[in-house]
Amino acid sequence: MEITNEQMERYSRQIILQGVGGKGQKKLLQAKILIIGTGGLGSPASMYLAAAGIGTIGLVDFDNVDLSNLQRQIVHSTNDIGRPKVLSAKESITAINPDVDVVTYQKIVNAGNLKNIIKDRDYDFILDCTDNFPVKFLINDACVLLQKPFSHAGILGFKGQTMTYVPGRGPCYRCVFQTPPPSDAVPSCKQAGVLGVLGGIIGTLQATEAIKYILGLGNLLTGYLLIYDALTMDFRKVKLSRNKKCAVCGEKPTITKLIDYEQPKCEAKR
Amino acid sequence: MNITLNGKIVFLDKKMMVDELLKVTKAQTPEYVTVQINNEFIDKADFGITPINEGDTVEYLYFMGGGQ
Ligand SMILES: [Zn+2]
Repeated sequence: MEITNEQMERYSRQIILQGVGGKGQKKLLQAKILIIGTGGLGSPASMYLAAAGIGTIGLVDFDNVDLSNLQRQIVHSTNDIGRPKVLSAKESITAINPDVDVVTYQKIVNAGNLKNIIKDRDYDFILDCTDNFPVKFLINDACVLLQKPFSHAGILGFKGQTMTYVPGRGPCYRCVFQTPPPSDAVPSCKQAGVLGVLGGIIGTLQATEAIKYILGLGNLLTGYLLIYDALTMDFRKVKLSRNKKCAVCGEKPTITKLIDYEQPKCEAKR
Repeated sequence: MNITLNGKIVFLDKKMMVDELLKVTKAQTPEYVTVQINNEFIDKADFGITPINEGDTVEYLYFMGGGQ
C-alpha cells in the first residue's frame, strides 16, 4: 500500500516522529484493533486510535446510549440517546477519520462468542474497556488462550489502573486477580460513581499501549500495573511477577476453555 | 520496624502476619485484596502464616471494575 498525499498531510505530525515515519504509519493503517466496550474508556481510546489512522477498529457493545453516559462517554452525543452505542461510536469516529474501517458487534460478550469476535478479523491487539469482572476475566482468558496481546483497565471513583498483557512477556490479569469477586462484593461505578476524566486518562493510556505495540516502540506496561490517583496526582507503576499457579497462564493451567461467570444483576441489563 | 506499603514508608510497632497487617492498615475489602511482598504474590490461604519482615515492600492490589 502507498500513503496518499492527503494521508501524508493528515498524519504529518506523527510521521515526522522518530520511530514512526512512513513505515510506521503504514503499520498503523494496516493494524486491526478490537475495543470491547464503547463507554468511559472505549470512547477516548476509539477516538484517538481512529485519529491516528488505525486501519480497522472493531467495536463491541450491546447497549444503547443513556443520558447518564454522557458525563464521560465522549464518543456519544446528546442526539444519540437511545441509539445503539456501536452505531453512535462508528459515526463519531468515521467523522474524525474516514480512512478507518469500523466493524461493529452489537452483542453481549460471552464464552460462546468472544473467541469468534477476536478471530473475525484476526485482531492484532485488544482493549478491555468493559465495566464488569466476569467480562474482564473472559477477555483475559480468551487473549491468553488465543495468544493475543491486550490492555486491561478499570476506573472507579477518582482512581484508575491499567496493565498490558503480551503472550510470553509477563503476567496476565488472572495472575494478579485469581478469580472474579462475588457480585456486589466490591463497588462498581454505578454504585460508587466515577469522575468522567478518568476514562479519558486511562482510556488514552490504553490507546497509547496499542499504538506502541503496533509500532514496536518503547516499553509496554507488561509486568506492571499502573495505578493513577486523580486526587493526589500520583502515578504508581507496581512491578508484577508472573504467577506460576495462574489458572490460565501458569505451569499447570486448569482453564482451557472460556467460562461464563454470573454477571451482577444491576449491570447485566445495562 | 519499617516497611514500604504501596510506595509509602509505614512503621509497625511489632511483627505480624499478612492478615493482621491488612487489619491494622485498614485495607478496603481485605478479603478481595491481592498482596505482593517483595514482588511475590502471597496466596490468600497463606495470609495467616506469612510474616511481614523489616524492610519488606508490600503492595495491596485492588479490584477496579469500572470502565463504562
Ligand atoms: Zn496468568
